[in-house]
Amino acid sequence: MNTLLQNKRNQIIAIIALGIFLLILPFLAGMIGQAWVRILNITLLYVMLALGLNVVVGVAGLLDLGYVAFYAVGAYTWSLLASQHFNLHYPFWVLLPLGAFLAALAGLMLGAPVLKLRGDYLAIVTLGFGEIIRILMNNLDKFSLPGSDTVYNLTNGPRGITGIDGLSFFGFKLRQGLEIFGLPITGLQLYYFVFLTITIFSVWMVYNLQHSRLGRAWQALREDEIAAKAMGINVRNVKLAAFAFGALTGGLAGGLFAAMQGFVSPESFGLLESVMILAMVVLGGMGHIPGVILGAVLLAAMPEVIRYVADERVQESVFGHVLIAPEVLRNLIFSLAMILIMLYMPRGLWPSPDRKAEALNSGAGK
Amino acid sequence: MSKMIFTADGVTKKFGGVTALDSVSMKIPKDSIFGLIGPNGAGKTTFFNTLTGLYQVDGGNFTFDDKPLNVKAPHEVAEVGIARTFQNIRLFGEMSVLENVMVGRHVRTKAGAFGAIFRPPSVRREEAETEARSRELLAYVGLERRAGEKSRTLAYGEQRRLEIARALATDPKLIALDEPAAGMNATETVELRKLIERIAKDGKTVLLIEHDMRLVMNVCHHIVVLDYGKKIADGTPAHIQKDAAVIKAYLGGAHGETK
Repeated sequence: MNTLLQNKRNQIIAIIALGIFLLILPFLAGMIGQAWVRILNITLLYVMLALGLNVVVGVAGLLDLGYVAFYAVGAYTWSLLASQHFNLHYPFWVLLPLGAFLAALAGLMLGAPVLKLRGDYLAIVTLGFGEIIRILMNNLDKFSLPGSDTVYNLTNGPRGITGIDGLSFFGFKLRQGLEIFGLPITGLQLYYFVFLTITIFSVWMVYNLQHSRLGRAWQALREDEIAAKAMGINVRNVKLAAFAFGALTGGLAGGLFAAMQGFVSPESFGLLESVMILAMVVLGGMGHIPGVILGAVLLAAMPEVIRYVADERVQESVFGHVLIAPEVLRNLIFSLAMILIMLYMPRGLWPSPDRKAEALNSGAGK
Repeated sequence: MSKMIFTADGVTKKFGGVTALDSVSMKIPKDSIFGLIGPNGAGKTTFFNTLTGLYQVDGGNFTFDDKPLNVKAPHEVAEVGIARTFQNIRLFGEMSVLENVMVGRHVRTKAGAFGAIFRPPSVRREEAETEARSRELLAYVGLERRAGEKSRTLAYGEQRRLEIARALATDPKLIALDEPAAGMNATETVELRKLIERIAKDGKTVLLIEHDMRLVMNVCHHIVVLDYGKKIADGTPAHIQKDAAVIKAYLGGAHGETK
């Protein structure tokens, strides 16, 4: 009993420490350079993406190789409705929910035709879906409806959309930055706090979903579809819910991405992005939220860290000359790290434990 | 005779040119332990799968609890009150023992996605009830101390019992067990027999498909024997043991070939 209390106390201390660390992190990064704050923000977006994909792949066991499509839907929703392109400037509280909603709708559109597919076959179709969305964004810059000669430009094609509105609250534009008691906070740092809030919201949502009646149905579906049906689970509805809720955080992240960058183009939503997000889920520990977050943080930050390690100057000082081009070396180290992790930790860096904590729910039992 | 929970009337199922079930009829009395036996390939599992909605019948019909049983999808069967276990154990291996049973409560609970995210008091209450009921059932089959472990780590006999607990969690009126004693040792089989008898005593009908003759003859009140998709005998264990057609089906001779 004593150790249990102590565990609880240690847990609270750990959470407070983590909270303080997350609050001062953007300022620490800012001391090195604003580029690092941007890396932090991008990392948070990847955490959201990985959390969403984890619902589909990790919890419900549906292999999705086109997840980036939902990121694109969120990003383009924001870009089209808050930029010079159509001269529309809707506020964030319309755009973020709308982007999430449209992404969830896209999730249903993908989910409906693939209900009977699994494994490799499902992967191929979802991969195609991801590409369809990207190609649509690429080509919807000059199209006309049948029976009319008017040419429309919806997405501005490969040139992308520029001049996208950033986040603003009550007329205050976050990009301007802020000064509180002489402490300057840059725009990117303000974005960090917004992203952090929405990431925490996503964690909360995904955690609650996973630990609910619906979440158990998802897991049952992943483990054994036939047994799940025999238990009275309506597999169709449950699968569609997984696609929709998985897509939702992707849509949120997409909108935030557009708001921070101020520019989106189809290039950002290629197949490699989908693969990257999937790698975060698999490497971290499928179906286990802390593992997935760890995977996202590592894979989003690692290329940037390696960029410094693999720098030409480092090579020159060690070997006297540049042995391998930095870009090649970076990919080499990155791939090697992924291969090693999968070889030695096939269930991921932080998989769900074999024995689940019982202390939490001992009250309900007899 | 007592009230019937389930009747099959002239049920036929064909796979291409093969008639797996040929006009099979049977009546299962309420709160009884009912055995369905037959040599390999007799159609036991096919019958089982049609009754649990995995296959659609080609002829005949079922009545369950005085209403025609007309299911379009497997998940509707659990809703009506028929639960099943599987010949080759099908647990949710990566989920905990407790969660496996909680999945069984799915059909009797109703929280949706928004309830899951926002957790209003009604959903919290439902979750607490689900967990309490699941723990009760784990205690019922003697697995309460393994609640937190992943179900794939359980021993074979324990996995069988967990499957039964999971099936019971759907509050079935009829629980169908597909070869529950397969692969069990003598001690485990005795425990299983006690469990089956307890389930029937607690007001549920048990349909038992089994190869272990000793178990079937000891535990069942009534037995139907299938061979080549046809019903060849129907009666009490004592009656079945003396039936000439059954002996022929099991020991060979009639078809001119032995196994």
